Amino acid sequence: MQEEDIYSELSSIRNLMERSSKFISLSGLSGIMAGIYALIGAIAGYKIVYNQHGGLQYRSSYISQPEVLWQLAFIAALVLVFSLVTGIWLTIRQARKKGEKFWNPVSRRLLVNMTIPLTTGGLFILILLIRGDYGIIASACLIFYGLALIAASHYTLSDVKWLGFCEIALGLMAALFPGYGIVFWTIGFSILHILYGSIMHFKYNQ
Amino acid sequence: MKISLESFDKAFENRLRLQIMSVLAANDYYDFNALKELLNATDGNLASHLKALEKEEYITVNKSFIGRKPNTQYAASAKGILAFKKHLEALENLIKQQKR
Repeated sequence: MQEEDIYSELSSIRNLMERSSKFISLSGLSGIMAGIYALIGAIAGYKIVYNQHGGLQYRSSYISQPEVLWQLAFIAALVLVFSLVTGIWLTIRQARKKGEKFWNPVSRRLLVNMTIPLTTGGLFILILLIRGDYGIIASACLIFYGLALIAASHYTLSDVKWLGFCEIALGLMAALFPGYGIVFWTIGFSILHILYGSIMHFKYNQ
Repeated sequence: MKISLESFDKAFENRLRLQIMSVLAANDYYDFNALKELLNATDGNLASHLKALEKEEYITVNKSFIGRKPNTQYAASAKGILAFKKHLEALENLIKQQKR
């Protein structure tokens, strides 16, 4: 066996260990798109809630109007659906380009591990809504999303972990300043996503 | 320069076996079809090398059914992980020796 053979053998082992345990076809572009959708959604939501009142201040009365609540829920659902569809589509495309299967044991584990904190968070936020504790909903969104990202990061590029930490830090800050939920929400779901997506795109796609 | 292969594990002489072990070392478990896709191996070839590793007690096999389809999961045993690590160390030592 030649020395170069050993090198290539070792690097192919390392490559295989990584490829078999990490799903690397996540697209940076999908992060950017999710961020843009979230920004549009946040602006629309802000307009609906604050147009009549004006100003960026704490109020807990606005959700008492049911039509406002439904409009906000509709916008949120729209942002979620658009982000998911774009994300899935770009990921499939990226996986094809890299010759990786989109649905493999690793992507399955990635999804399962993300689903646990996301479902817990979703139910928790639903309970907050029912109980009328609107003040920390934005904070709970960010914290549980951050936890989901950290759980997922074991099965994909480790950069995802740092996005998770940032989301959790923002979530805790949002809990500290309850009136500014929309500000933190916009930073976390829009600006951080666009930033993260751009970094990923230039780091791995070039 | 030729290097003797004496310090290497005979079970890992085959490239596919070493690849199987790499995947199982990095994951808690992997099923047959996923291994086949990942390693681009044929059914027969993969099965025979898995059998060989099983005979060495380097891997454990867990057969079950998902619906009516058989689903066979493989996991590395402690003995297998140790052998795999030793094999990698032997490879690394060779490179170090040659540097001197």
